[in-house]
Amino acid sequence: MTVAEMAKLIDGTNLTPEAPKDREVSCGYTCDLLSWVMAHGAAGMAWVTVQTHMNVIAVASLMEMAAVIIPEGIEMEEPSLQKARDEEINVLSTKLTAYEICARLAAAGLPGKERDA
Amino acid sequence: MAVLLEKSFPVEAGAYTTAGEASTTIKRTLKQLGISAEVLRHVSVACYEVELNLVIHSLGGTLTLLVDPEKVTLISKDIGPGIPDIDKAMTEGFSTANEEARTLGFGAGMGLPNMKRNATEFDIQSEVGVGTTITMSFALK
Repeated sequence: MTVAEMAKLIDGTNLTPEAPKDREVSCGYTCDLLSWVMAHGAAGMAWVTVQTHMNVIAVASLMEMAAVIIPEGIEMEEPSLQKARDEEINVLSTKLTAYEICARLAAAGLPGKERDA
Repeated sequence: MAVLLEKSFPVEAGAYTTAGEASTTIKRTLKQLGISAEVLRHVSVACYEVELNLVIHSLGGTLTLLVDPEKVTLISKDIGPGIPDIDKAMTEGFSTANEEARTLGFGAGMGLPNMKRNATEFDIQSEVGVGTTITMSFALK
């Protein structure tokens, strides 16, 4: 599924119109511990997190993720959004909880990330 | 081996908001050199981890990128405080990160092990009161 299709599925608002909406999403993931995500993230991932500081964008960019999804209507601060626009990282915001986001994405057939051996 | 490229980036202690800038620049530079996506990913992860370590734990330091036809090398050199017990520091789950770093979602004690996992060769030297030097290389073939 593409980022645009995913946004529709989770009633998401796209906060970074500059980022590519036709980007293919490879898998879904949720975690708020950035150290953990650095060790377990994957390219093309849609990452659900309540963290909104600039390092979130740095991680998403370095791991070549497809999108960051912020749950429960949490706002991302402007400097982070600016960085996301610069790096062309999709940031979606939704009123759904992380649980509901993942449930909807999984029901639509988006897999979790491949397990480490 | 002939060095094709050498670049150094100063990293400031405690500069959480700009953490990742050096790694982003390094990634962009390597991408322009045509380094494969897989190697690029390994370098990017290890580079960001080591940059964060400089921000979180060191008194400041420098990140140096070296590229030769065989490999990419990253050298992180700081001015202290040094690591008293390297074996302990290399243990997954062990962290001395402060509250600020933990609030941001860092300090899970995965940085050094993650660097080692991503690098082809990993070396860490440290002396308390002097500093820490981490050298990582990533084979291009």
